[in-house]
Amino acid sequence: MKIGVVVSEGPYTHQAADTAYHFVKAALDGGHEVPRVFFYHDGVNVSTRLSVPPQDERHIQNNWTNLAKEHDIDLVVCIAAAQRRGLLDENEANRQGKDANNIADGFRISGLGQLIEMGIQTDRLVTFGD
Amino acid sequence: MSDVKKFLYVNRKAPYGTIYALESLEVVLIGAAFEQDVSLAFLDDGVFQLTKGQNTDGIGIKNFSPTFRALGDFEVTKLYVEKDSLEERGLSPDDLQEIMYEDEDDDWEEKPSIRLVSRAEMADVMADQDVVLSF
Repeated sequence: MKIGVVVSEGPYTHQAADTAYHFVKAALDGGHEVPRVFFYHDGVNVSTRLSVPPQDERHIQNNWTNLAKEHDIDLVVCIAAAQRRGLLDENEANRQGKDANNIADGFRISGLGQLIEMGIQTDRLVTFGD
Repeated sequence: MSDVKKFLYVNRKAPYGTIYALESLEVVLIGAAFEQDVSLAFLDDGVFQLTKGQNTDGIGIKNFSPTFRALGDFEVTKLYVEKDSLEERGLSPDDLQEIMYEDEDDDWEEKPSIRLVSRAEMADVMADQDVVLSF
């Protein structure tokens, strides 16, 4: 089965990004496909590469980056939600005249159309949020 | 895009206080371009999103409630509102904005987009969908 995943709460404050991560791993282990994960609302904060959690804690952003690389998952961060919250890739930082960017490897910034497209193209859409 | 799916956007939260309602509406507006079969559901505190006479001057946050009245232009014409949620909050249908659309299958007659449903009917609406996005 093709499964699309939405993460709509921020890392560490809320368990959504962790539960979604374990769900995606279990789905892949079970022989399902997870072509894309869409990050929305505070979920976009998962994509910052500047996150430095204590060493004895899980690193949520690294977990996603590594999982995406290993299984070729498209990690999409909503551009409107990201810009409100100060998450920019290099292109957007240049375009907006900002002096830094912070999107981690494996994530890409794109529009809400990617969420709708995921709903159309997958057999199930599973949301992890509040 | 050949296959049309039934999309339901479920709105459960008050319009202000958190960003869910506004960012839900942003998905609806973008999603309208994909020509899917779209419905919106309003339940729990989500029914406050459709109340008329909203004034956000005191909180410095944009009042986005007029946008609901434009949904008909995006061919988003099915707004299911749960009667039980209204009653539990001391609201009646008269407290909601008038939201109309022009029915292209009926000589562009103006019709109300808001459809009042019971909690049981709302369950049926949800069961009938292909994709449910909850906000």
